[in-house]
Amino acid sequence: MMSFDVNAIREQFPILSRQIDGQPLVYLDNAATTQKPQCVIDAIVNYYSTCNSNVHRGAHRLADEATRLYEGARDTVAEFLQANAREEVIWTGGTTEAINIVANGLGQMLKPGDEVLVTEMEHHANLITWQQACKRAGASLKIAPINDAGELMLDAYEQLLNSNTKFVAFPQVSNALGTLNPIKSLIAKAKAVNALVLVDGAQGIAHGPVNVQELGCDFYAFSAHKLFGPTGVGVLWGRQELLASWPVWQVGGEMISSVSYQDAQWNVLPYRLEAGTPHIAGVIATGEAIRWFMALDMAALAAHEAALLASATEQAEAFEGLRIVGSAQQKMGVLSFVMDAGHPADIGFLLDRQGIAIRTGHHCAEPLMGRLGVPGTARASFSIYNTLAEVDALFAGLSKVKMMLA
Amino acid sequence: MALPSTDEILEDLEFFDDWEERYKYIIDLGKALPAMDESLRTPERLVKGCQSSVWIDVDLQDDVLHFVVDSDAHIVRGLLAVVMAAYSGKSPEDIVAFDVDSYFQKLDLERHLSPTRGNGLRAIVAKIQAIAKATVAA
Repeated sequence: MMSFDVNAIREQFPILSRQIDGQPLVYLDNAATTQKPQCVIDAIVNYYSTCNSNVHRGAHRLADEATRLYEGARDTVAEFLQANAREEVIWTGGTTEAINIVANGLGQMLKPGDEVLVTEMEHHANLITWQQACKRAGASLKIAPINDAGELMLDAYEQLLNSNTKFVAFPQVSNALGTLNPIKSLIAKAKAVNALVLVDGAQGIAHGPVNVQELGCDFYAFSAHKLFGPTGVGVLWGRQELLASWPVWQVGGEMISSVSYQDAQWNVLPYRLEAGTPHIAGVIATGEAIRWFMALDMAALAAHEAALLASATEQAEAFEGLRIVGSAQQKMGVLSFVMDAGHPADIGFLLDRQGIAIRTGHHCAEPLMGRLGVPGTARASFSIYNTLAEVDALFAGLSKVKMMLA
Repeated sequence: MALPSTDEILEDLEFFDDWEERYKYIIDLGKALPAMDESLRTPERLVKGCQSSVWIDVDLQDDVLHFVVDSDAHIVRGLLAVVMAAYSGKSPEDIVAFDVDSYFQKLDLERHLSPTRGNGLRAIVAKIQAIAKATVAA
């Protein structure tokens, strides 16, 4: 029987003992990026201290060791996502690059009359990519609407699917609102019209296990840095038969099988979509982060996160002059809000002075903010190392903000 | 309260010793700043590079530049009042000559209120200086 001891987890994150202006750091900006446990930091240091070398091609011990660690991380991701094969795991610079690889290929396949469907709650990375691919191809971009609570309207979504729908993309969890989408049923509906489906897992990945085979999607993208790993590394998972012939993304070293001055043949998966020397240290540390995460008790972790959000929501509802933005039934990790007393920027400045880190602004979801009629929000986002005491600190901080702005 | 001069602001801020009082003072300065007419809050008057919306309008009368500024954030309005004390009602030559870096240094505003933060203060000052330079050149 495993258990969940938040203090034991906190101790593994050196940054959490930092002070800001003499007060303990209360880090509630986890939807932007999560902090890193010591083992992930060590993995980066160890790589550079013991086996720094280029992967796949060196004729020496260091290259051999680095390649083993690097490819071992790919195995870890394949296991984590329950992929069919390790070749389905493509290393990218992050979710944004992963989505760009798919959108770039899709853009070459779309024809006028084709439709791509996304939702009103997209992060810019899962909107502009498809918007521009559609523009280039003369295809049309359809937007599935949300209700005022920030939930996808399932009937409207279904009505927008038709035989022209070639591609559907949506987030697992909304970064700005925390809405948890019913992705399995969204995927099934899209597959019923034979559309390809991409799930933007950037915000979903750190909250529990993902099984891409069971989900039935074609592509799944996430960033390591939102999963206790380093920045600059992401994963594109895609079904092997699709990726094997997907238009190549960047061309250069590593991704070729043979080259002449006038022509080139592409390498096999996964290398054909990975040009140049990769972020080796980052990939190795990503493997470490995922192994660290997988060793946690997922049920206990989910219960802890739900307790944090429940406490935050309860206190927010009781807080006079505060309005929650995004009140979906199914929510994860995010409390987005506005206050009568001041602009989100005021809230951010005044919380920061109290050592409390949140995000303010449009959260890279400008059209969504427009849809909800707010210029932006203040967003507190929680991770597994946050405590109920930190949720209380947030609201004590907000009381001071309100008093100072009055 | 009436909008103070740069010297008065410098004097007032020296008097406070904790961050809450300093922030409160800046917030109150913002509240004393006259609001910009809603009709003037157009996209052309919006200053880019700010987390909150900041509008700036300028009027040249008898070789003196008069600025009307506003923001939807209280703290930014306060910082605008600090900037207005230095710039509004001055000749374009005086504005160009004004040593804003030394003013900010003397204000000793906390890191959070300094021009390096994403509050748009730098963008606003750059805009005012550009207007003044263009007026001098004209």
